[in-house]
Amino acid sequence: MSEKKTERREFLFTASYAVGAVGVGAVIWPLVDQMNPDASVKALASTEVDVSSVELGKAITVLWRGKPVFIKRRTPEEIVEARAVKMEDLKDPQKDEDRAKDPEWLVMLGVCTHLGCVPLNDKGDYNGWFCPCHGSHYDTSGRIRKGPAPTNMEIPKYEFVNSNTIIIG
Amino acid sequence: MKNIFKISYLTILLLATTHQVKAEEKVELLKTDWSFKGLFGTFDRGSLQRGYQVYTEVCASCHSMKYLSYRNLSEKGGPEFSIEQAKAIAASFEVTDGPNEDGEMFQRPGKLSDKFVMPYGNVKEAQAANGGAYPPDMSVLAKARSGGVDYIYSVLLGYEDPPSGVTLDDGVYYNKYMYGNNIKMSQPLYDGSVEYSGGTEATKEQMAKDVTTFLMWTAEPHLEARHKMGFKAILYLIILTILVYFSMKKIWSRIESEV
Amino acid sequence: MSDHEYVPKSKFGKWFNDRLPLLSLGNHLADYPTPKNLNYWWTFGGILTFCLIIQIVTGLTLAMHYIAHADFAFESVEHIMRDVNYGWLIRYIHSNGASMFFLAVYIHIFRSLFYGSYKSPREIIWIIGIIIYLLMMAAAFMGYVLPWGQMSFWGATVITNLFSAIPFVGEGIVQWLWGGYSVGNPTLTRFFTLHYLIPFLILGLVALHIWALHVPGNNNPIGIDVKKPSRDTVPFHPYIVIKDGFALLMFMIVFAFFVFYSPNILGHADNYIEANPMVTPAHIVPEWYLLPFYAILRSIPDKLMGVVAMLSAILILAALPWLDTSKIRSAVFRPLYKQFYWILVADVIILGYVGAMPAEGLYLLIARVTTAYYFIHFLMILPILGFKEKTLPVPLSITEPVLGSHPNQSTVKKKENLN
Repeated sequence: MSEKKTERREFLFTASYAVGAVGVGAVIWPLVDQMNPDASVKALASTEVDVSSVELGKAITVLWRGKPVFIKRRTPEEIVEARAVKMEDLKDPQKDEDRAKDPEWLVMLGVCTHLGCVPLNDKGDYNGWFCPCHGSHYDTSGRIRKGPAPTNMEIPKYEFVNSNTIIIG
Repeated sequence: MKNIFKISYLTILLLATTHQVKAEEKVELLKTDWSFKGLFGTFDRGSLQRGYQVYTEVCASCHSMKYLSYRNLSEKGGPEFSIEQAKAIAASFEVTDGPNEDGEMFQRPGKLSDKFVMPYGNVKEAQAANGGAYPPDMSVLAKARSGGVDYIYSVLLGYEDPPSGVTLDDGVYYNKYMYGNNIKMSQPLYDGSVEYSGGTEATKEQMAKDVTTFLMWTAEPHLEARHKMGFKAILYLIILTILVYFSMKKIWSRIESEV
Repeated sequence: MSDHEYVPKSKFGKWFNDRLPLLSLGNHLADYPTPKNLNYWWTFGGILTFCLIIQIVTGLTLAMHYIAHADFAFESVEHIMRDVNYGWLIRYIHSNGASMFFLAVYIHIFRSLFYGSYKSPREIIWIIGIIIYLLMMAAAFMGYVLPWGQMSFWGATVITNLFSAIPFVGEGIVQWLWGGYSVGNPTLTRFFTLHYLIPFLILGLVALHIWALHVPGNNNPIGIDVKKPSRDTVPFHPYIVIKDGFALLMFMIVFAFFVFYSPNILGHADNYIEANPMVTPAHIVPEWYLLPFYAILRSIPDKLMGVVAMLSAILILAALPWLDTSKIRSAVFRPLYKQFYWILVADVIILGYVGAMPAEGLYLLIARVTTAYYFIHFLMILPILGFKEKTLPVPLSITEPVLGSHPNQSTVKKKENLN
């Protein structure tokens, strides 16, 4: 067999393999992507909450994307306590001002950043939240102070539509 | 040997179509030019938007569309209303939500994620309001009737006076294309039943075509994506087949036998 | 699989292979001597394996979204079609895949009938194949029930009611199948479970089918025994692999055409109407691949006998290796059998056609004649033909007809061999 012929043959085989591989890849993607959140799940991304009935010092829990969201109406003492903390004392330094747009309202994802349990309100060494699973303590701003959790509880995207209604997401 | 495939394809096609044709009435259905047929078929956006208008203003008072959500109206491949338009459409409907803190259901304006509001609470209520006949849900109607879109289009335009000798019960109408010719729905479309904005004249035929196009989309919302992907997939397969064919020739040329 | 010794080149390969001879198996499969004259009808074995894998993979992904409950099944299928990412694609592949699977299996079966692949020493391969075919029908039937449309519901009602034909215990069996007094939610959930299980049984049987095949090796268009390896054979890889691959691609083009451009043409419009136990659709027909048997069922006016005839039509195939008394395998050398073969093909197609038609008048008459012929073919024609037919001279080897030596002499030898 001449050299030229061999070359052409090898090109043909390489091309077949390459094109075939592209096809296999293109087929695998839909099979993987079908497990991603579907259109109806994505559409539920925002939740509207009426907070008019929440009393000072109390918190409500609402469901957003299948996870609990804590909406706490903080007392002036709690706000002062949250704002007085020195940044050096924090494991995940973050100002309370950055976490609560309106100091009276703290809206955060009620999910412990350790392994996803739901912390208990008004418990723990810092008057905030305490996670019963592995003992993480959060302060009145939802920041991690003690225990295995690596970061503060997450603040979701939210806004006040009016003084009584919050849209989360 | 490629004939194997051709023959087998034609055979099933024949078998499939014969019993479908069979199931239809002997009456020839009305035909119109559907933009979504064919290998590159796409929906006519204007027609879909008008069709939605006809559905809402005429059909929706009796026919539910329970698998559709308002968000679908702005999705790609559909009527493609803008998000703002779709939001406005959703908000124009009252949706029952709840229970609230007091354990009561309450009404609120619709959101994009809501399903289309249903005209009746349940099947029994729908039957009671329509002389015992349940107005079928329209979400997949275009796929649920043999004859498909042509059938629906024909029924919408097939109202006639009954032939002499045929007597109809109260609340039953004569339709040339309906199975058995008796239909419990009164003629839904008359010239000018709705008012189209944008200059399209709202003739019976135009409205029937628009609303049927809309029903095809609700039944098959990914039709455009399917056609597009199909073209690419088949083109790809043909290229790979050609490459493999020549590779095969090469490989088999190593032995004296023919392929 | 001990016909040759294979030693992996690498040290680790050898270590592994001594403990689990996977590499030996791979080598056996790749080098397997295959008759070099296999035509394209032989590619359907590979195509069927592909179909099975496609059905399992798409089925698994659909099962992640499907809800097996009478109240939610229809809705969940619509959810798959509308909202799940590429859900419409996966479902259409799965639903059309069933049809493509049967298309391929019918070609595979009829290839076997033409070339006598069911004959000694391949009876076990054939019987395993029949079991696979039966399981495929069960899986397809139960799969069709899952979307819980009108055809699902009434198809399930009609097919399960076949068992009520059994004397004395029929009613009890049907209720046991249903888990109630009619087809309902318990029926749906158990059908889903079984629909999920059966493909894996099929997969296991396919392994046995191929294992059994690798004992005598492939039959071939000439139908003679081939010495392997020899001038008559080629290694499975790359020769057969590339040929199978090419045929598979052609098959996929047809498949893709259905999926993308007429995904519902093989289904029934009524199945897009949610199941309603109060209304039966005007025209109940099974999927196209079950139509011939449906025609046989309806052609017999007695309930029990109809069911018996239908089951016999399938089970009779298992006895085929003994019903066909001819020593010659391939129809190429059986001029009479070849004629009857094509009549049988036509007979089955006509059965399929009348199966889709209403069981009345002329259709019923045709159905009866073709049903009778179907059984006559297997029970009378085949046994007699083996004794009466004058067969053509069979060549000694695959390469021989090409080289053109003395066919007469070889026929004699062939007969001696077989006796």
